[in-house]
Amino acid sequence: MAEAAPAKGGPGWTRWLVVAVPYLWSLVFFLAPFFIILKISLSQTAIAMPPYLPVFDGLSTFWESVGELNFDNYVFLAEDSLYIRAYLSSLKIAAVSTLLLLLIGYPMAYSMARAPKSVRPMLVMLVILPFWTSFLIRVYAWIGILKPEGLITVFLQWLGIYGPEDQLRVFNTETAVYIGIVYSYLPFMVLPLYSALEKLDMTLLEAASDLGCPPVKSFWVITFPLSLPGVIAGSFLCFIPIVGEFVIPDLLGGSSTLMIGKTLWSEFFSNRDWPLSSAVAVILLALLVVPIVIFQNYQKRI
Amino acid sequence: MNKNLGWFNLTSLVLGFAFLYLPILLLVVFSFNESKLVTVWAGFSTKWYVSMWANEGLMDAAWVTVRVGLLSATIATALGTLAALTLDRFHRFPGRTLFSGMVYAPLVMPEVITGLSLLLLFVAINFDRGFWTVTLAHTTLTMCFVAVVVQSRLVTFDKSLEEAAQDLGCPPVKTFFAITLPLILPAVVAGWMLAFTLSLDDLVIASFNTGPGATTLPIKIYSQVRLGVTPEINAICSIMIGIVAIGVIVASIATRRSELERDKAERAAFRVDG
Repeated sequence: MAEAAPAKGGPGWTRWLVVAVPYLWSLVFFLAPFFIILKISLSQTAIAMPPYLPVFDGLSTFWESVGELNFDNYVFLAEDSLYIRAYLSSLKIAAVSTLLLLLIGYPMAYSMARAPKSVRPMLVMLVILPFWTSFLIRVYAWIGILKPEGLITVFLQWLGIYGPEDQLRVFNTETAVYIGIVYSYLPFMVLPLYSALEKLDMTLLEAASDLGCPPVKSFWVITFPLSLPGVIAGSFLCFIPIVGEFVIPDLLGGSSTLMIGKTLWSEFFSNRDWPLSSAVAVILLALLVVPIVIFQNYQKRI
Repeated sequence: MNKNLGWFNLTSLVLGFAFLYLPILLLVVFSFNESKLVTVWAGFSTKWYVSMWANEGLMDAAWVTVRVGLLSATIATALGTLAALTLDRFHRFPGRTLFSGMVYAPLVMPEVITGLSLLLLFVAINFDRGFWTVTLAHTTLTMCFVAVVVQSRLVTFDKSLEEAAQDLGCPPVKTFFAITLPLILPAVVAGWMLAFTLSLDDLVIASFNTGPGATTLPIKIYSQVRLGVTPEINAICSIMIGIVAIGVIVASIATRRSELERDKAERAAFRVDG
């Protein structure tokens, strides 16, 4: 089956095995579950374990089952404005955070690429290192900093800017969610930007400057357009997972932040409504298919 | 103009790295705080490390997490390396586009979707939830990261070395183990470490797929954080940060040393030839 690399001899079965093992694994554990999620989202909620009434059990009853398909979950999602607002709010939070990440990540990546060649590997290492420490821990660290009696409040009181009664009112708001997201995703934005900016041919900028182009203009005419692949890759690498983010809005956003990852989590774990949470996931996936395809095309090019 | 630019670059680097490191630093500092209040400094103490050590629930969870991490990272590294070889070497086979899609999509897929869909698969095939479901779920997620890391090494790999071995009659499987694997080993090791830390780190996918007796450390930490912030969590987090930092430093020293030795060996080989 595996039509393979040119000019490679040897028995076909090893080549076949190299392809087949990871392929089958991905089919079973990555692709098949999506069909199951779709199936469950079309079934009815039941008080049982697992808590849903099955549809599509076996091919023999296929046509019978088609009649029993149940779009109630989707109708419910469309009718309850809570879900629509959660989707829109997630998309908004993801878009704004991606923009913030670009604004903070670009100067960082730019400066890294302009740093002396000998220190660049160390700077890259310093960007990657926080990524190796637990995501949960890094979000947890911000609770201690942002909460009303937290470190910022203590610090501002010590400086005398805050009176003894004043407290920081950021924890459990959307602002805290933005801070947490920008903090956690910054390495994912900086690294693609850096790899695009590092490849930039400096002689182009020298030529522009020799011809009298001011630095700010040559940045917008030369540097920025050439770094666009990095900008796009970094933006999608951040935007897509942020839309479905759960940990950050849950721990830093409190009840006032509406995000779809949180909604899905509470439908599943608190209300134990598996069919409805599957429907939430299917629609989330449908929203993200186009960004994911664009991301893959850029991923291949970089 | 040049000096100006230097000032701008330096400021953005200092501010950026301060933003990345200050929260982690504060977390570690306050794990040594005498007071139970995480934000008020009341003198140096290691008592939270002692009480953390005595907390059996936390220790059990840590042990489960390490076992899941070791097992899933190892399987994921084998699968991910094969996937990387497939993507790098085989350009035409039925369903290649689908395959590369299945390798890249999990990198950005929201964890709630991956977690829920895998859980529904395990329920559909009547697979009891517990240690193995978490391990399989982590393997599926992390093999894609391994594949990307190994593939980026394979792209720069000098294929003439393999061709030389095969021209001399070395069979493909032996060529892989004698030539290819040693040369891509740093990437394979980096992939394994990435897979291991991702597994240690994961809360969402583990929460969906966990079962009796398979509470991992992030699940435990999450449930305690929801009850309130205590220095005990700061202590266990600091230990995890310490382990990761030591691991990264040891690995980077090891790869640099093996690269130096390989360079030396290559130069020696050329001298013999010449």
